[in-house]
Amino acid sequence: MAATPASKYMTEGEVGLSLALLTGAFLCALASARAVDAPFSVHMGVFALAAVAGIAAILKRYEGRSVEAPPQEIDGKPNYNIGPIKFTAVAAMAWGITGFLVGCIIAFQLWAPSLNLGLEYASFGRLRPLHTSAVIFAFGGNVLIGTSFYVVQRTCRARLAGELAPWFVVLGYNLFIVVAGTGYLMGVTQSKEYAEPEWYADLWLTVVWVAYLLVFLATLRKRTEPHIFVANWFYLAFIVTIAMLHIVNNLAMPVSFLGSKSYPMFAGVQDALIQWWYGHNAVGFFLTAGFLAIMYYFVPKRAERPIYSYRLSIIHFWALIFMYIWAGPHHLHYTALPDWAQTLGMTFSIMLWMPSWGGMINGLMTLSGAWDKLRTDPVLRFMVVSLAFYGMATFEGPMMSIKAVNSLSHYTDWTIGHVHSGALGWVAYISFGALYCLVPWLWNRREVYSLKLVEWHFWVSTLGIVLYITSMWVAGIMQGLMWRAYNALGFLEYSFVETVEAMQPYYLVRALGGVLFLIGGLIMAYNLVMTIAGKTAVESKPLPGGEVLPGTVGLAPAE
Amino acid sequence: MTYENASAFAQTSGLLYFVGIFLAVILYAFWPRNRARFDAAAHLPLIED
Repeated sequence: MAATPASKYMTEGEVGLSLALLTGAFLCALASARAVDAPFSVHMGVFALAAVAGIAAILKRYEGRSVEAPPQEIDGKPNYNIGPIKFTAVAAMAWGITGFLVGCIIAFQLWAPSLNLGLEYASFGRLRPLHTSAVIFAFGGNVLIGTSFYVVQRTCRARLAGELAPWFVVLGYNLFIVVAGTGYLMGVTQSKEYAEPEWYADLWLTVVWVAYLLVFLATLRKRTEPHIFVANWFYLAFIVTIAMLHIVNNLAMPVSFLGSKSYPMFAGVQDALIQWWYGHNAVGFFLTAGFLAIMYYFVPKRAERPIYSYRLSIIHFWALIFMYIWAGPHHLHYTALPDWAQTLGMTFSIMLWMPSWGGMINGLMTLSGAWDKLRTDPVLRFMVVSLAFYGMATFEGPMMSIKAVNSLSHYTDWTIGHVHSGALGWVAYISFGALYCLVPWLWNRREVYSLKLVEWHFWVSTLGIVLYITSMWVAGIMQGLMWRAYNALGFLEYSFVETVEAMQPYYLVRALGGVLFLIGGLIMAYNLVMTIAGKTAVESKPLPGGEVLPGTVGLAPAE
Repeated sequence: MTYENASAFAQTSGLLYFVGIFLAVILYAFWPRNRARFDAAAHLPLIED
């Protein structure tokens, strides 16, 4: 009696999504054929193909699945949905390597501009948004979506809401990344920093993001754990705020509905303020709130210690989200923005120091009673060093937002150094820590393939960060001082090109630091791929106490 | 409404709003009856299944 039961039907969701994708495929194919510019034609073609692939995936899934929907619980335990999370983990690895590589290329281009080879596709202006989007939205975004789906299920003790919806979110988000990235290479941009994708990509991201919010909310709603864990609050703030920022900052009117170019709805200083309200809160809610959620779940989990102070985490959350939203104007000091708005942005930036350090201290103190693990567990070390960098970057940021400091630092490479101490040290390190935890959990392995390689990754990339940020500090402060140097007659001491020439050696050091960081990323990718393949490295090394390094036999049982 | 009126209103109400929210959060976090709930929540990541 192996025959498939006759009562197998497609669910409403499967039928509905297939029909929506079919309609989308037709409309996009039509738009591709009638497009007024080549990039738009290419992108509509990509969307049409993706829609067809989506229908094929739904049909293939239907063929393979059993008659009933997957159970919510198996033997009284929640039946966690981990397929989409596995996808994000692999995607994060791949996008991370891509983003670091493109970053290295443009770093070398700054040192030797001819490395753009005279090709428009390899020019700095096109590769730079490719780098920033690949690391922030592609690498960071996949880490955030993946960990949020993992953490919300575990801490709500409930299966992720929906069956197709989580896949729609994960695949749809990565489709957005592909469209955005290829667009930059073809010269499609609306020239808003960190919001470069044009109107049609923005609309698609809005659809995906609303689906993400609904999946997250619906999962919270079906929780069996009465309390909503603090990490979920941070994830929720990240999802809701990014939706709001994305929609308002990208309000634009296309020149033609069959072309890629659009014009923003706002103009002049209003546009600038909205852009930096968006831009700084992309830092505050995408690169901070979301990754703090990772901290509040993964640090306690890995250290096997409870959160140091849950009360502090509540105050941390509300103080952080109410203050961050006001800090954006510090990007527009000494511009046409009214003076009071600049001062407001500066004041809130300085006040932000307190919740930021409150959160950092809460994360670090979670290790109290487990500090010895820093010596033996390089994964935990990644997370703790990420918190140290978080503390450093959130002290440096408020300091740079002070108008007097900003008059020296603004438009210089000090800003680039600051951003990278946050991005490489905080965001990437907490992500690496989370990936090293998540991959063995998802693929049911005791531990990563080799903890020794994690050690190597840690030291190689830490050296890279140190080279990167110290060279940018020196270069940036020198640049700022040269710009404002006057001679005895009151003329500017240096021409602009002299300041550029002076920075060339530092650009080389920065690029080499980036290469080390990329090598670290490659070590991680190898390690995680071997973990997924189920391999175990032979590296048993007895310690004096008779213990064995955790790499071979998994972590020692909790004491 | 003059600029002075508008800014006085915005500054005063903004101050009260933020101080009020901050006090509410502190009260919620330190309310004695919530202690057990928060202590349990601090252990939430450690629950295995």
